[in-house]
Amino acid sequence: MHDKTLSELAAGLASGEFTSHELTQHLLSRIDCLDGELNSFITVTPDTALKAAERADAARAAGQAGALTGLPLALKDIFCTQGVKTSAGSRMLDDFVSPYDATVVEKLADAGTVSLGKTNMDEFAMGSSNENSHYGPVKNPWDLTAVSGGSSGGSAAAVAAGLVPAAMGTDTGGSIRQPAAFCGITGLKPTYGRVSRYGMIAYASSLDQAGPLARTAEDCALLLNAIAGHDLRDSTSVARGVPDYTAELDAPLAGLKIGLPKEYFGEGLDPTVAATVHEAIEVFETLGASVREVSLPHTHYAIPAYYVIAPAEASSNLSRFDGVRFGHRCDDPKDLIDLYERTRAEGFGEEVKRRILIGTHTLSEGFFDAYYKKAQQVRRLIRQDFLDAFEQVDVLMGPASPTPAFDLGAKSDPVSMYLQDIYTIAVNLAGIPGISVPAGFVDGRPVGLQVLGTHFAEERLLNVAHRFQQATDWHLRRPAFAEENA
Amino acid sequence: MALEQADVQRAAHLARLGLNDGDAARYVDDLNRILAMVDQLQRVDTDDIAPLSHPLDATQRLRADEVTESDRRTQFQRCAPAVENGLYLVPRVVE
Repeated sequence: MHDKTLSELAAGLASGEFTSHELTQHLLSRIDCLDGELNSFITVTPDTALKAAERADAARAAGQAGALTGLPLALKDIFCTQGVKTSAGSRMLDDFVSPYDATVVEKLADAGTVSLGKTNMDEFAMGSSNENSHYGPVKNPWDLTAVSGGSSGGSAAAVAAGLVPAAMGTDTGGSIRQPAAFCGITGLKPTYGRVSRYGMIAYASSLDQAGPLARTAEDCALLLNAIAGHDLRDSTSVARGVPDYTAELDAPLAGLKIGLPKEYFGEGLDPTVAATVHEAIEVFETLGASVREVSLPHTHYAIPAYYVIAPAEASSNLSRFDGVRFGHRCDDPKDLIDLYERTRAEGFGEEVKRRILIGTHTLSEGFFDAYYKKAQQVRRLIRQDFLDAFEQVDVLMGPASPTPAFDLGAKSDPVSMYLQDIYTIAVNLAGIPGISVPAGFVDGRPVGLQVLGTHFAEERLLNVAHRFQQATDWHLRRPAFAEENA
Repeated sequence: MALEQADVQRAAHLARLGLNDGDAARYVDDLNRILAMVDQLQRVDTDDIAPLSHPLDATQRLRADEVTESDRRTQFQRCAPAVENGLYLVPRVVE
């Protein structure tokens, strides 16, 4: 059962081949056996999961099952979940039990899904390897000496290892697409504002977006159907109708115009990754698509702009963690300043402190114009690059990451870690959607093909990814780790 | 615009983040490398380019000024480190 996609599991539940309770129990026992090694979960919630599964089975028996009723999944530990510890991977929130549900959590529960627990992540979603978690790094199921990617590393590894068929993540600079690529699964970052951010612990509010990680594009479409839509509680969510994202999955790709940004195939790209991605793009040509080179001339400035904007927003968002209303508090503060300073020094990890310091510095008096304003101006140019490209082509394609998953502990210098996100970060600055799909392997580690579309082009991206998965079998490969322990 | 240890301590104080001198010395190096990378932005001509703060250029929506939330103080205060009589406790500020 753990090998199946969400849509296959839905069929199995509908035909009575197994119940949600049986499925949930099976996956919980896999988590129990395997996750000690992987570390993909921070919190497992067997009791509430089994109760939710029973409710789903009862709803099905009463003829009230929807598309997702009884399907198990996991939630990145950044989504506030009522009555469940919600840590954001931080010591600061190690004992925080959320008093409310994020909109995404509420919608998935209303759709009848069964959450098995909360997945590991880089602290406050700041990281590209999941090594910045207070709860330790997540291992990559394809190679236990490699990182899972980040920041949604636990979500990606749990799906790849067959612990859950799907998981929710968030993506601020690549945090869904890059771990999906590293773990050989499919991950969708929707358009900014497509999915409510309410109850999603904020990192960089103008960039953060929630989305699904699953085995197939079809499964991502099923989940996007459940979570997309306007939410009065998130003023940045977009009031726009939600289509049925499964409706156009099978549309033919004849005539599709694909652009390859030349900046995404230049210096720094591992040549074996480049070859793998080019082979994937040839598949689209056999499906009737045409390919041409395009340019995104400000690509080089995306990482510098991001490392002004994201830390600036983070330094503001994280000021709420002050030891007063929730989260960690230092012992015996001598006065209020001491309470704040020691609470935050003890509660936050290295990378979070680094970004708070950068953000505070760049926003401080005398530096604002040179950094924050400048970065926002460059952000407009980066978005314009994409809008210009989408005048010429329907989608853009390239690698999700310049290399496959790197070794645990390999990148100790923060800047070299930041440069890993060169192909994903501009997408968040522009607010457009992107999807990573498995496209092959280099030395046993998965390679992701990234497909980008203009704002609200999720239907097209899912269609393109689905047709690719009809024509290839990379998404069907399973790591030996998952199979040996079946 | 290279940072010195005093600049890092200043930012740490503004952010209410306790740093000892050893930590601050370590962050000076890290932050200077990050800022050197960020300084590439200065090469881009941005004259007459308006800053972009929201990717869809959306503006803040307004709603009627009506109470829509119920009082959940007791529930919310359950997550707090120290409360008394419905109030959040902090060290004495006014003597």
